Amino acid sequence: MTGEQIVFLVVAFVTLFAGLMVVTTRNLVHAALWLVAALFGVAVTYVILHANFLAVVQVVVYIGAIAILFIFAVMLTRRDMRDQGPQMNKNWWFGAVLAVLTFGGLYFLLQGWEGMTKTATSYPVGFDAISELGNALVSPAGYVLPFEVASVLLVAALVGAVYVAFNPRNGNSGK
Amino acid sequence: MMLSDWTLWLEWLIKSLVVTFGLLTGFAYLTWYERRALARIQARIGPNRAGPQGLLQPIADAIKLIFKEELVPAKADKTLFFWAPVITMIPSLIIAAVIPWGPAIEMFGRVIRLSIADLNVGVLYLMSIASIAVYGIVLAGWSSNNKYAMLGGLRSSAQMISYELALGLSFATSIILANSMRMLDIVEAQRNLWFVVVQPVGAVIFWIATLAEVNRAPFDMPEAEQELTAGYHAEYSGMKFALFFMAEYQKMIVVSAILATLYFGGYLGPFVDRFPWLGPIYMIIKIVILLFVMIWVRATWPRIRYDRLMAFGWKILLPLSLAIAFITATGILLADLSGNPLYFWAIPVVSVLAGLFTVAVIYRELRRKAYGRV
Repeated sequence: MTGEQIVFLVVAFVTLFAGLMVVTTRNLVHAALWLVAALFGVAVTYVILHANFLAVVQVVVYIGAIAILFIFAVMLTRRDMRDQGPQMNKNWWFGAVLAVLTFGGLYFLLQGWEGMTKTATSYPVGFDAISELGNALVSPAGYVLPFEVASVLLVAALVGAVYVAFNPRNGNSGK
Repeated sequence: MMLSDWTLWLEWLIKSLVVTFGLLTGFAYLTWYERRALARIQARIGPNRAGPQGLLQPIADAIKLIFKEELVPAKADKTLFFWAPVITMIPSLIIAAVIPWGPAIEMFGRVIRLSIADLNVGVLYLMSIASIAVYGIVLAGWSSNNKYAMLGGLRSSAQMISYELALGLSFATSIILANSMRMLDIVEAQRNLWFVVVQPVGAVIFWIATLAEVNRAPFDMPEAEQELTAGYHAEYSGMKFALFFMAEYQKMIVVSAILATLYFGGYLGPFVDRFPWLGPIYMIIKIVILLFVMIWVRATWPRIRYDRLMAFGWKILLPLSLAIAFITATGILLADLSGNPLYFWAIPVVSVLAGLFTVAVIYRELRRKAYGRV
């Protein structure tokens, strides 16, 4: 077993454990923090795959923006941090069967894929993954249309959120 | 192979230790420097009893803080209350990993780079660490189970998230100018001309946004003493409080280092190619000057009102930094396409005009608010 494999196994275990804690812990702020830990584990996995850019973006977007909004919302809206009530509903067995089936299906499919047993080749010298990515995002031959459509969609969502929250009567955010 | 691996690990270890201890010592003496400089500005003397010029004062403070009793509020979230100072502390240290402190030097027959990590996404790494720095403060505020602390934590998260946008755009401006996200390339691109000359407004926006990010005056709303009785760290005492203090001052040092790297030529200076050891010295000189500006601002500017802080971040800084990034990119593109350097020199001119226009708008708005007319 190489050092990289050991690191991967440790990171994967921590990520999965954190993911499990997200859904089992009772305290909502703690759950959000476990979610941060799980997202961080994913970022470390990207680093192991030599995808530095993705790893850093994962930290900026998911940990730095989305998870902090979760924590913000939980802190502002919940008076009592402890979630009451049962943690499972009566469909739990269906979810479990679905999860096992998905795992089995993915396992079966990936066994038949030849990329599963190959080791990754390193980048050729002088290959700059970030400028490749940047060019692909804005070149007409690449992904400029989906990229722009996604940007417009995000702006529309932003404007919509402001419109929903805006209360024209007192000219202030709806309070 | 094994041997070279082993020495590489040792090199990393030594470099990390040097940077960490440098920051810790820097923190201790920055508190002394700030107190002395503030005292000078306010026509006082400041701490001068412990040791010559009061130089042993930080050590005395550290010993006092270590021996202080630590209190934990009865209904605090014990785990998070313990971890919040640690979570605040870690980003302020690891953010320094990508800062280049000098050109490569030769020592013991091997070339040693004076930065811990030479990431190809260096600037984004800074962004990501800056964005997780808010966690410690928010968690400290929440876990204390204290209304003031909670308000301080909420304020700080709102403020840091808002100013992160302007910060990111001024990062982008220097990325565009250097055509790289690697910190070393950004410094080398300033060999002929510091970016502050090309993009003075970008540097100012960066400076303002970092002041807000590290919760320094005039943006120290999260710990406003008069309103929040020290804000998010109201319930902390002893060494846990010292960790918050430490994180704040280390962040000051680090953001000064980042500003020096991105806009003020980093380790570059006269004769730095012939004597590479001058690199870290130039860097430290630039950092000390920028730190003095921070202290100077704190000594002279009153705290901004909270609604104005948010309005300033969203309605002034964000559009201005968008315009600055746009102007920079357009100027470089036009200069590239036409081969005429005049377009490149249009960048500082148009940027300064945009900055002046912004100042005029703020002035008009404030006058109208104050007198009901222009």
